[in-house]
Amino acid sequence: MNEAVPFWRDERVLKWIAQIVFLVAVVASVWYLYHNMITALAARNLLPSFHFLKLTAGFDIGEHLIPYSRNSTYGRAFLVGVLNTIEVSFLGIIFATILGIIIGLMRLSTNWLLNKLASIYIEIIRNVPLLVLLVFWYTGVFLQFPRLKQAKILPGPTIVSNRGIAMPWGTPTATWHTYLYILLAGLILAAIVWWRLTLIGKRTGRMPLVTVWSFLTFLGVAALGWGLVTLIFHQAPLALSTPEIKGLRTVGGLELTPEFLALFSGLVFYTAAFIAEVVRAGIQSVSKGQIEAARALGLNGFQTLRLVVFPQALRVIVPPMTSQYLNLTKNSSLAVFIGFPDLYSVAGTIHNQTGRAVEVTVLMMGVYLSFSLATSIFMNWYNKKIRLVER
Amino acid sequence: MMNREVNKQYSSGEVLAPPTERYTVLGWLKKNLFSTWYYTLLTLVTLYVLYAVLKPTLFWALKQAEWEVVVVNLRLFMVGQYPADQIFRIWIALHLLAFTAGLAWAIWLPKARRIGAFLLLIFLGLAALPFISGFSRINWVIFVVAALIGWGLGTWKPKAMRRPLMWLLLAYFPILILLILGIEPILKIVKTNLWGGLLLTMLLAVVGITVSFPLGILLALGRQSKLPIVKGFSVLYIEIIRGVPLVTVLFMAQLMLPLFLPPQIKIDNVLRAMAGIILFAAAYMAENVRGGLQAIPKGQHEAAWALGLSGFQTMYYIILPQALRNVIPVIVGQFIALFKDTSLVAIVGLLDLLGIASTVLAQPEFIGHQREVYLFIALIYWVFSYAMSYASRRLEVALGVGER
Repeated sequence: MNEAVPFWRDERVLKWIAQIVFLVAVVASVWYLYHNMITALAARNLLPSFHFLKLTAGFDIGEHLIPYSRNSTYGRAFLVGVLNTIEVSFLGIIFATILGIIIGLMRLSTNWLLNKLASIYIEIIRNVPLLVLLVFWYTGVFLQFPRLKQAKILPGPTIVSNRGIAMPWGTPTATWHTYLYILLAGLILAAIVWWRLTLIGKRTGRMPLVTVWSFLTFLGVAALGWGLVTLIFHQAPLALSTPEIKGLRTVGGLELTPEFLALFSGLVFYTAAFIAEVVRAGIQSVSKGQIEAARALGLNGFQTLRLVVFPQALRVIVPPMTSQYLNLTKNSSLAVFIGFPDLYSVAGTIHNQTGRAVEVTVLMMGVYLSFSLATSIFMNWYNKKIRLVER
Repeated sequence: MMNREVNKQYSSGEVLAPPTERYTVLGWLKKNLFSTWYYTLLTLVTLYVLYAVLKPTLFWALKQAEWEVVVVNLRLFMVGQYPADQIFRIWIALHLLAFTAGLAWAIWLPKARRIGAFLLLIFLGLAALPFISGFSRINWVIFVVAALIGWGLGTWKPKAMRRPLMWLLLAYFPILILLILGIEPILKIVKTNLWGGLLLTMLLAVVGITVSFPLGILLALGRQSKLPIVKGFSVLYIEIIRGVPLVTVLFMAQLMLPLFLPPQIKIDNVLRAMAGIILFAAAYMAENVRGGLQAIPKGQHEAAWALGLSGFQTMYYIILPQALRNVIPVIVGQFIALFKDTSLVAIVGLLDLLGIASTVLAQPEFIGHQREVYLFIALIYWVFSYAMSYASRRLEVALGVGER
């Protein structure tokens, strides 16, 4: 009985045949689509190339973090869009986390009013599309503010009008660069304090308030440095610039456009509702016995939260929180509907001017994909750091 | 002395009932609002903030807002440019839905009569709204009657109606598309670029979830497959789509789909958006189905193999039925999310519920009524997705879906 299995019934061979057939099918259809595309593009004289990025853009972008004018290139315009997306996502993530934690804790509170308010908020926000919220914020709230002539002036002075909000802000002076080095030194010192205190905590078994102490160190160095720089160079690192109304616009201070405000607050309020649920689920996942045990050991309420509940809740919270952060970043692409020049919006303008659909799509998707990848790599690293280490 | 008394009480066989929590109004307030000094402070501050926010809002909504813009354009919001003389087709689709829902309610939720009656009352209430046309009024009544007939049939013969219900549920999607789109000699074709408003929003979501379902299953199976090329392709597709926002997929569908297809095929805006939504939803569907597949214990595979089933048979008869049953709640969740996400087609210029708002706001007599229009749209979205999520939670409990 040394008969070999015939090759058409050999599972190993069959598997390879199946894969090759699949591959051929995929490659053939992709080639077919690609061929169609190239033919269509060649007929319009738009064969794929990225040379257009070096051409002059010729359009203005309202908000830019790096110098930009209509004489800049398409490439630079695209970069402006990318930076705007990063800016609004970064700020959005921070504020949505803070608001989300507050609402999540309200949802857990035994105070009936706070509890009910939080759940009503969550139920309203989660059942309305973000885009509708954004449009409502933009046209229904921020554009309905009084006109600049009747602008509301809050203490500061902060000027609130339908052109946005302008508030006092520091502008860097000649000594700002020197001061940056001092801030860096403060950061390093804070890291050292963090490290030493953690070591001491581990050795003695009494964990000091590590975050608070290192933060205080940083603040102390920053304040000391500020005084020193002002004394030595007779010029503070930052000069206070206050906004004032000049004609049809405001000058000076920090100007926040209604587009930015609408996008930012829309993203924050929307994502906070989801984060609140994540936080609530995380804290509720810590079993009651843990809290009772902590109280039995004599820890007070705050210590119980800090040392027992949060570290365990964090493990449950981090993975869904990651996807909320990613969602926020991706959702920032809805900015185009209210006219904030984010990545998607700028890319759309570039496409309108050049007609280069393929290249723009590839660039845009590539950037969003790398955001997603970067966020998930960072969060995976963080998740690994805090996960349960079993003996 | 005391002890003896207590013993006597227990021995006499009268067990004391555990004390129930009963509060007076003041006691309830004390426990839930003013238990400690900081809660008292928080309660007072919150009450003040609520008052400060609600008072002007209510004043605006009741006194200042002009809701006429919504009333006048109600048809535009509901069905967009759909020809007025063909609207009866949408009503037929709705009546069929009511009939099916009534039947399903009687079979699956026989005990939830009160909620059913409440829902029917709401629909009857819609018929009584002052500003809708007589035609809609009659149709809302027919809608309620259709639901009642379905419910009656289901209560009359619950066992015998199970199979027809399944067929009805499966056939509903093709019937819906035929009704709305039309078949030439019987029903006039209504081109997709005339679809709009809530109708388009609903259809985009329904088409998206229905078509992406088989695609998602294939992708999920591909991702679980032991063949590296198939697996690699599936993983690549799923991760790329999940890593980019929906608008970029819609952007691609709008601009690149016409390039991909041979020049003789022309597809309009709505079909392109549908293609984009399907491609997008398939990736998320695949991940949901994969969750269901991973929850099936390995023993099921092994048992099927031991019985001599082939790989395909194992999947088709053993694994998929269990896995899909488990993921029904997740898929309902995805449908609700997709229903909200379809609002993004407004960005690429479609006239869905949100897109039609700009048309309405461009009417010279209604300029500057953004708040009314967008609040109305938000309310419609809210009512639908809240109702759906509430219903799915109830159904899950009633059917024990998702439990094993």
